[in-house]
Amino acid sequence: MSVAPTNADYAVAETPAAPAGPTGDSPRRYNLNLRQSGIYIAFALIVVLFTVLTGGDLLAPQNISNIIVQNSYILILAIGMILIIIAGHIDLSAGSVVAVCGAVAAVLMVNYDLPWPLALLITLVVGGLIGAWQGYWIAYFGIPAFIVTLAGMLLFRALTLTILGNRGIGPFPDEVRTLSNGFTEGYLGNVGLGALGGADLFSLLIGVIAVAGIVYTQWRTRTARQQYGQVVDPLPLFIGRIAIASLLVIAVIVQLARFKNLPWVLVLLAFLVLAYSLVTNRAVFGRQIYAVGGNLQAATLSGVKVKSVIFWIFVNMGVLAALAGVIFAGRLNQANPTAGASFELDAIAAAFIGGAAVQGGVGKVVGAITGGLIMGVINNGMSLIGAQSETVMLVKGAVLLAAVAFDVWSKRRAGASR
Amino acid sequence: MSDTILRMQDITKTFPGVKALQDVNLTVRRGEIHAICGENGAGKSTLMKVLSGVYPHGSYEGEITFEGEECRFSGIRDSEHRGIVIIHQELALAPQLSIAENIFLGNEQATRGLIDWNRTNHAAGQLLQRVGLRESPVTPILELGVGKQQLVEIAKALSKEVRLLILDEPTAALNDEDSAHLLGLLRGLRDEGITCVIISHKLNEVMAIADRVTILRDGRTISTLDLATDEVTEDKIISGMVGRDLDHRYPPHESHVGEEVLRIEDWTVHSPTQHGRVVVSKANLTLRRGEIVGLAGLMGAGRTELAMSVFGRSYGTGISGRIIKDGKEIHLRSVRDAINHGIAYATEDRKRYGLNLIEDIKRNISAAALGKLAKRGWVDENEEFKTAGGFRKSMNIKAPSVLSITGKLSGGNQQKVVLSKWIFTNPDVLILDEPTRGIDVGAKYEIYTIINRLADEGKAVLVISSELPELLGICDRIYTLSAGRITGEVPRAEATQENLMTLMTKGTE
Repeated sequence: MSVAPTNADYAVAETPAAPAGPTGDSPRRYNLNLRQSGIYIAFALIVVLFTVLTGGDLLAPQNISNIIVQNSYILILAIGMILIIIAGHIDLSAGSVVAVCGAVAAVLMVNYDLPWPLALLITLVVGGLIGAWQGYWIAYFGIPAFIVTLAGMLLFRALTLTILGNRGIGPFPDEVRTLSNGFTEGYLGNVGLGALGGADLFSLLIGVIAVAGIVYTQWRTRTARQQYGQVVDPLPLFIGRIAIASLLVIAVIVQLARFKNLPWVLVLLAFLVLAYSLVTNRAVFGRQIYAVGGNLQAATLSGVKVKSVIFWIFVNMGVLAALAGVIFAGRLNQANPTAGASFELDAIAAAFIGGAAVQGGVGKVVGAITGGLIMGVINNGMSLIGAQSETVMLVKGAVLLAAVAFDVWSKRRAGASR
Repeated sequence: MSDTILRMQDITKTFPGVKALQDVNLTVRRGEIHAICGENGAGKSTLMKVLSGVYPHGSYEGEITFEGEECRFSGIRDSEHRGIVIIHQELALAPQLSIAENIFLGNEQATRGLIDWNRTNHAAGQLLQRVGLRESPVTPILELGVGKQQLVEIAKALSKEVRLLILDEPTAALNDEDSAHLLGLLRGLRDEGITCVIISHKLNEVMAIADRVTILRDGRTISTLDLATDEVTEDKIISGMVGRDLDHRYPPHESHVGEEVLRIEDWTVHSPTQHGRVVVSKANLTLRRGEIVGLAGLMGAGRTELAMSVFGRSYGTGISGRIIKDGKEIHLRSVRDAINHGIAYATEDRKRYGLNLIEDIKRNISAAALGKLAKRGWVDENEEFKTAGGFRKSMNIKAPSVLSITGKLSGGNQQKVVLSKWIFTNPDVLILDEPTRGIDVGAKYEIYTIINRLADEGKAVLVISSELPELLGICDRIYTLSAGRITGEVPRAEATQENLMTLMTKGTE
C-alpha cells in the first residue's frame, strides 16, 4: 500500500527528538514510537518472510494485483471499523450489512434494470439508513454497540434471505464488475522497461504523480512546522523516509503496470485512505471521535456533541459497508445470501492488529489498512505455499493475539515508568 | 522506650531515565502515627509501593527491615502476609458487592470450600463496629459515600490482622466531618497498637494526628520531625517540602469588582437517579466581573450539582429557574450552549471528567474550543501547537513539550492544562470545582495566582472548595450551601471558618 510508509513517517514526525525533560520522558517516547511504527516493521517482515517462502511469487505482478483486489472489501470495512473502535464501540453487523446491500444493489440493477450509478447511490443511502438505525439505538437510546450490532448481524442476514430467497441474483452490469475486478485502460500505450519488459505508461505516470504528491505535502508540512518552531526530524532521516516511501510506491506501481494496469479498487481505496486519514487527523469531527473514545465524560463536558458523533460514525460505517457489499457482489458477479459472513471479524482484527486500543481513543486509518494487508498477505502467502486452511486460521489468530499483547505490554511498560 | 517496627534504609528506585527515590531513609516506631509529606512527584507513593511489594525485591536498591527481619517482598500478598496493608487513594472496592463480601474478598470465610455467610456477615459486623460504621454488612458498596467506603477499606485491613497500616491521602475526597471521624479512628487504632503511616497533603491534619513527620523532596529524605519534641509548625513542614519559605500561602490580591455578569434565580434541580429528590432548592446566586466568589458546603450539599446543572444541564432533571447573563435571560440546553455563552466549568475530578489522559497537552487544551483553531471544519495543527505552547509558558505547565501525554503529568500540571482549556474558550464566568484538590502546596500557590489573574482580566470566578481556609484566602465573597439551599452570603471581611461552618450545617431540618 503506497500510503502506509508515508503516514508512518507522519506518526514519527509528531514525536520530536526532544531532550530528556525533567520528568524523564525520553524512554517513554521511544516506546510510543515503537508502538506506532511496530506495525509497519511487522508488515515489512511478513512480506519479506513470504517472499522468501514463496520464492518471490508473492511479489509477482499478478499476485500483488490479486492481494489488493481480494482484500479490497475488508479494507473498506476496516476504515469504517477503525473509526468505531477509536470511539470505543464495535460493529458486529458489518458482514450482514455487506450482504443485504449487495442484495439491494442486485435487485435494483438486475431485477429493476436501474442505471448502475443510480442503483449504487440508492444502495449507499440504504447502507446509511441501516447505520442510522443502529446509531440511533447506540447513541440516543444507550444500548451497548455490542448488543445492537449483534442483533443487527441477525436482522440484516434475515433481511438478505428475505430479499434473495435461497438463490443468488446476477449478473451485474459490466461497469460494476470493472469497479470490483477491472483495471484502468492503457490510455497512453506501453513503454519498455528493459529487462522488466513492457509496462503501462498511464499507470507509471500515476505513480510518479503520487510520489510527487507525497514529497510535496511532506515537505510543505515540514516547513510549516519549522516556521512554528516545532521540532522536526533531521533532514537525512526525513529524506531517507520519503525515499523509502517513494521507492515502495514506484515498486508496487511498476509491478502492477507490468501486469494489467491499476485495479480500479486500488484507485478507490487510495482515495478513501487519503480522505479518511485527513478527516481523522485534521478535521474537527475526526478529533471529536478521538475525544469521545479517550474520555467520554471529558468530551461531554468540553461541549462535544457526543451522541451525534457516535450516531454519524455508525452511519458512515453503514455507507462503507454498502460500498463493500457492491464491490464484493460485483466481484462474484452475483449477490449471494451468505455473502460477507465473518467479514466484520476480519475488519475488527485488521483494526486491532493495526494498533487500535481495546479501550478506545487510539488508532489510525493507515494502521487499520496495514493490519488488513498483514492478514491479506498471510492468507495469500500461505495459500501460495499450499498451507491448509486450518493452518491459515491458526496463524491469523496467533498474529491477532500477538499484536494486541504487544500493545498491552508496551502500554504497561510505558505506564510503569511513573 | 519506643522500638522500631519498620526501617527502610538507603532505598533507591530508578525508572528508565528517572531517579524516583535516592537513598531514602524511613524509620517508623511501633504504635505511632507517622506522616509522610512531600509535593506530588516527591516519591511518597513510590516509597510506599516499594514497601508493599508492588515493586518487588530486586527492582530497587536498599534494605527493608520489618519487626527486626529483613524483608524481600515479591508482591503485595507477601507484604500483606506480614501485616503491612496499604489503602490507596483510589479505593479498590467492588461496587456491586456487599460490605461483608468486600471485606473478605480474597480472604473468604469458608468451611470446606464453601463460603460460610453467617460467619462472614457476623465477622464483618464486628469489624464495622470497630471502625464505627453503622451499616448492615449486606449493604452494597455503591450505596455508600466515599467516607464510608474508606471505613470499609480500613475494616478490610483490620480483617487481615494489620500491624502496619498505610493510608495514601485518606481524606482527600472526604468532607470535614468524615475526615474528623477517620482521624479519630486512626487515633483509636494507634491506642490498640496498630502503627499507621499516613500520606497527606492536608498539613492541619498532619499536625493534629501525627506523632512524627518525614518530609520527602525530589526523591530524597529531607528530615524527620518529632511533633512532641521539635518545634514543628505547618510553615516549617511546607518549607521542607518546597525547599523554600512560603511567607504567604495565598498570593495577595486586590479585587476590582465590576457590574453583574451572571445571576441565577430560584434554581431548583432534581436528582436524575432518585426520583423526586430535590438536590438544589431555589438557589439564588450573583457573580460580578473581576470578583472571586466562593461556594462552601459539606459533601452532599449540592455544590457540584448546582454548578453542573447551570453548565448546560450536564447534571440533573426537572431543572427550573432562571439564568441571567449580562442582564438578559439565557437558556442553556447543552454544554455547547454554555460555552458559547461564555461559561466554563472545570470539574472537581480532572482525571475522570476533565482530561483525555491518553492524549497530549495540546489536544486537551484545544478540546473545548477546537472551532477557534479550525477553518471550515479543518483544524490548523500549527496554530494549535502555537496556542498550546503559549499556555504552557503563561500557565507554567511543567512538561518537556506540549506533545507530552497529560496522563503522565503531576496533578498540579494536569490542573493547569484543564484551566488552560477553559481559558482558551475565553469565558466571562469560570466555575472552578475544587481547583486545588490533590495538588501540592507549590502548585496551589500558582493556581491561586492564575485565579487572581483571571479576576483582574474582568472575569467572574466561582470557586467551589471543601477547604475553608482556601476560600477565606482567595475569595471576595462566600456563599454557603447546605442540603441544596443557599444558607448564607458572607463578605470576606466578615467570614471566619466558624461562622461559615455554622451556615454550612444550618437548616437541615
